[in-house]
Amino acid sequence: MLPVVKLTNINKIYSQGQELSFQALDNVNLTINKGEFIAIIGPSGSGKSTLMNLLGLLDQPTTGTYELDGTDVSSLSENEAAQTRNKKIGFVFQSFNLLPRTKAIDNVALPLIYSNISKEKRLAMAEKELKQVGLETKLNSKPNQLSGGQQQRVAIARSLVTNPEIILADEPTGNLDSKTSSEIMDLFKNLHRQGKTIILITHEENIAKQAKRVIKIKDGKII
Amino acid sequence: MNSLEIVQLSITAILANRMRSFLTMLGIVIGVTSVIVLVAVVSGLNSYITTQIQGLGSNLMFVMPGRVGGARSPGGVQANKLTLQDAINLKSKLGDAAEVSPVVQRSATLKFGNKSDKGANVFGTQANYPKLISIKLTEGKFFNQSEADGGRKVVVIGATVKKTLFNDNPAVGQKIDVAGSKYQVVGTVEAKGSTFGMDQDNTIIIPLEAAQKQFGIDRLNTIYISADKPENVKAVQEKATSALKKRLTEDEFSIMTQEQTLSTISQITGVLTVALGGIAAISLLVGGIGIMNIMLVSVTERTREIGLRKALGARPQDIRSQFLIEAITLSGFGGIIGIIVGILFSFLIGAFITTTVTWWSVALSFSFSTLVGIIFGVLPAARAAKLDPITALRYE
Repeated sequence: MLPVVKLTNINKIYSQGQELSFQALDNVNLTINKGEFIAIIGPSGSGKSTLMNLLGLLDQPTTGTYELDGTDVSSLSENEAAQTRNKKIGFVFQSFNLLPRTKAIDNVALPLIYSNISKEKRLAMAEKELKQVGLETKLNSKPNQLSGGQQQRVAIARSLVTNPEIILADEPTGNLDSKTSSEIMDLFKNLHRQGKTIILITHEENIAKQAKRVIKIKDGKII
Repeated sequence: MNSLEIVQLSITAILANRMRSFLTMLGIVIGVTSVIVLVAVVSGLNSYITTQIQGLGSNLMFVMPGRVGGARSPGGVQANKLTLQDAINLKSKLGDAAEVSPVVQRSATLKFGNKSDKGANVFGTQANYPKLISIKLTEGKFFNQSEADGGRKVVVIGATVKKTLFNDNPAVGQKIDVAGSKYQVVGTVEAKGSTFGMDQDNTIIIPLEAAQKQFGIDRLNTIYISADKPENVKAVQEKATSALKKRLTEDEFSIMTQEQTLSTISQITGVLTVALGGIAAISLLVGGIGIMNIMLVSVTERTREIGLRKALGARPQDIRSQFLIEAITLSGFGGIIGIIVGILFSFLIGAFITTTVTWWSVALSFSFSTLVGIIFGVLPAARAAKLDPITALRYE
């Protein structure tokens, strides 16, 4: 199996002056293979959000190396990080984060705007992904016309549209009822069967155990 | 994303908050409108005066008491030393090369029967006046030399005076009361209309001698000189200057040729344009501050959107250009609306006074309003571009 994510001796220290410093991640080593469905679980304050920000290239480690798809991405410039996020990472958030007053199809096409793809092609790709998540009848609906589960499906379609290396889902079922949650989890399992690499960050045991591998994090350490 | 798409995106964002966007644009609209209208009014004034003066004939020049124009402008009121003797000196010196006509001016109340006309302009001049200034009569004739001599009381009346005192009845041959003395009407002048609220037709012309006797004036307001040919204007002006210097010092009179009068007027209207245009431009600046204010609010409101866009791969420069173009779109649309409203207003005002919409005021105010959008959009756009995606995504 090919490793798609490889974290080596990652430390993240937040410091405010010399006296006040906080180690959010403590010597984390983690390898995720292509096509894995992995859950990272931990209570709040465990460092899982920090880990997710590092994996999503929204933040950089203090020390250690992060290889994504064979490339060292530990210290990219702001612009390089933005382009790498655009091409290689798909985000799914707890609160969906769809643009209000914007049609589902345009929400899904949003990441493609930043990869210089023509409008026609963008819309065609977005339509394909919305069909994939079962929303082919809701292309022109705006977020306020959709249920929570449907909104999260739009967000998942958006994370798929750039065909990224990894999909980072941060508490994707946190704002949903249990029935809708299991629908969303079924969708993730389905995507996993299609060969997508999915990294799920959660604090709920019963969500985490639906993944193929579960990693526990506590006090900044993987246990 | 190409710039056309960013503009479409900005229009969507602007339309999402219609009322707010409209009020923000209003500042720019008012600024651009006032620049265009004020410049149109002043240019209209300039072209109106210019055609009026040119209509008098290019051979004409005016002798006025005191110093007019130039670097040394009169400090306070100077004593008028221009007298009939100066006009006589001019006549003898210039001979056949020019016509000379001295003018005194007063205002007086006119009466005929039970009708009266207050504040009419009284011109006192000589019989050769129509040779210098073209006068069209609708009735009768201008007084001649023999009628003017010996202080006979005859009068040529303007159209407004005719209307006020006689209505549609014939005036020639009637006697009207001018500040207490009876004058016989010999002619009526065709209407010329009013300029900037001043009625040019509420005027009467009487012989100079009669005016001087009745009003006890020995000073002249103006001496009109008309050269026989346009190419002699310069020579006549020089001769006239030396003739006047016999009695007067350099500071006690000025001779303005039509060309000089026009340049003085265009100087005045130029200053007026800059002053009024400048005041209007300040309102554009205020409009720009309004844009900055609303863009800063917009950046704060859309913090999550900015965070999301960054997470999905927008570079700082993408976010910056999005907000900058939004600010420019706001001010640009305000500018376009301002131009339309400004031109419309200028035409509406044109029904009352002459206005000339100048292309440069349109171009200047539009580019200035766009520039305002750029200048006042930079700070909010930079603030948006700098947002940290992690914090921005967590923003409630």
